[in-house]
Amino acid sequence: MAVSGSVLKSRPLNISYEIPITKTLKFWEGLKEGKVYATKCKNCGALYFPPSSDCSKCLSSDMEWTELKGEGKIETFTHVIVRPATFSDEPPYTVAIASLEDGVRVLAWLTGIRKSEVKIGMRVKLVAKVTDEGRLTYELKPI
Amino acid sequence: MKKVAVIGVGHAKFGERNDVNVAELAFEAIKPAFKDAGITPKEVGFAAFGTVGVWYEEPLPAVVIAEYTGLTGAGLVRCEAACASGSAAVFSAYSAIVSGYTDIAIAVGVEKMREVDTLTAVELIGRAGYYLWEFENFGMTFPAYYALHATAHMEKYGTTEEDLALVAVKNHKYGALNPYAHFQREISVEDVLSSRIIAWPLKLYDCCPISDGAAAVVLASEEKVKELKIDTPIWVKGVGISSDTANLSKRESYVGLTASVKASRKAYERAKIKPEDIDVATVHDCFTIAEIMAYEDLGFCRKGEGAKMIREGETEIGGRIPVNIDGGLKAKGHPIGATGVSMIVELTRQLREEITPRSRQVSMKNYIALAHNVGGTGHYCYVTVLGR
Repeated sequence: MAVSGSVLKSRPLNISYEIPITKTLKFWEGLKEGKVYATKCKNCGALYFPPSSDCSKCLSSDMEWTELKGEGKIETFTHVIVRPATFSDEPPYTVAIASLEDGVRVLAWLTGIRKSEVKIGMRVKLVAKVTDEGRLTYELKPI
Repeated sequence: MKKVAVIGVGHAKFGERNDVNVAELAFEAIKPAFKDAGITPKEVGFAAFGTVGVWYEEPLPAVVIAEYTGLTGAGLVRCEAACASGSAAVFSAYSAIVSGYTDIAIAVGVEKMREVDTLTAVELIGRAGYYLWEFENFGMTFPAYYALHATAHMEKYGTTEEDLALVAVKNHKYGALNPYAHFQREISVEDVLSSRIIAWPLKLYDCCPISDGAAAVVLASEEKVKELKIDTPIWVKGVGISSDTANLSKRESYVGLTASVKASRKAYERAKIKPEDIDVATVHDCFTIAEIMAYEDLGFCRKGEGAKMIREGETEIGGRIPVNIDGGLKAKGHPIGATGVSMIVELTRQLREEITPRSRQVSMKNYIALAHNVGGTGHYCYVTVLGR
């Protein structure tokens, strides 16, 4: 099926983007303090997670920070067995989408539970995390 | 509004094509499309190229392919709508004619995904959602995005892993009859169920392959169709396009794709048809669950009854609406920029009733066909209705 051919190996190119987080700095700083922040539009009241510094509903840029309580339940999940190249050092992980009582949904890793025990509808809490490598992130944990 | 017809189609062999570079692969589809239409490249006013790139070396594929195929001088554009890039190119070419800019346009879909290793390809596709919020920390993959939908659909409607497997079995059955398909062999439900898990509950045989491939369609205005004395023009009856949020966490539900619902309703309205008028359809089965959701989202059945359609054989040849009779993305392969154009090639040939082998030809009642092409996980959706 595969047609075999000869190949020329191109020049390698390694790219890492420098993603500006100036406008969401409080969110990233908050993760270090164990807090997960969302933003709220002062004009129309829309709540944003992931945090947004501009409102897509009314186009206002007058936003305020609000800490999420972070409790909710699993809407759906998957166990990622075949991982992307840059995640190949990680063991297989579970990704879940939870709907929080705060009024937003969150996609994140679900940790602290055996894969076979994960169920739709189970209660979880969103928690901030700093990884061993220093990456700022957040996870869902069963409660 | 101006009428636009497909007057020429061409299709390269899909698969692992490490025997050709991107321009050579596109040539394999473009040359037969010109021959089929009975025109030369110099008669083309506008050429749209559906290709996502990044896994092959050329950053400006439109100009490279245009030079290689004699299209230099025509208006060029490269279209990106993730896995619906091919349909975006078809729409761009269609628009160039509808607007009166030109009377002949070509849409080319091409992808070379096998010039990088598999896990790098998994990475590049996984990044295609919202990189910052769903990949950077969570390493989402494309199978994982659809697995989130499979889990939700199974929970809500009782869809089973066996139901998903039936989609793969059907599409491999027809892929075995399609000489352009990446996989040309039949598989069993047991093969699917025993294949290794990629992103639970999706297994290897629930997933389309990572493919190389190209397809091309030549479009023309009604005046040009008459002038060229095209004997079987296939008319673009209507196109519907929609989209959804980049973040999956902002979706209302995970049991369907809202963009598919919206795009199909717009297409039905423009083409003045109902789902029951469709003789044959190609739907976006990048994963088996995607085909089941497509039946529901496109209105082929009620919400939650997609699994019943596959169980009862309603989407096989002879069934109520034959779907993915070319093998679908699942068996034909999914070179992502080529897929949308490949769908139009297949449906044009079905509507012209020229499919070989004849066992793969669908019998026509209304001469209406539908192509449903999703980009990302319902991020983009293009629905194109064709008629003879």
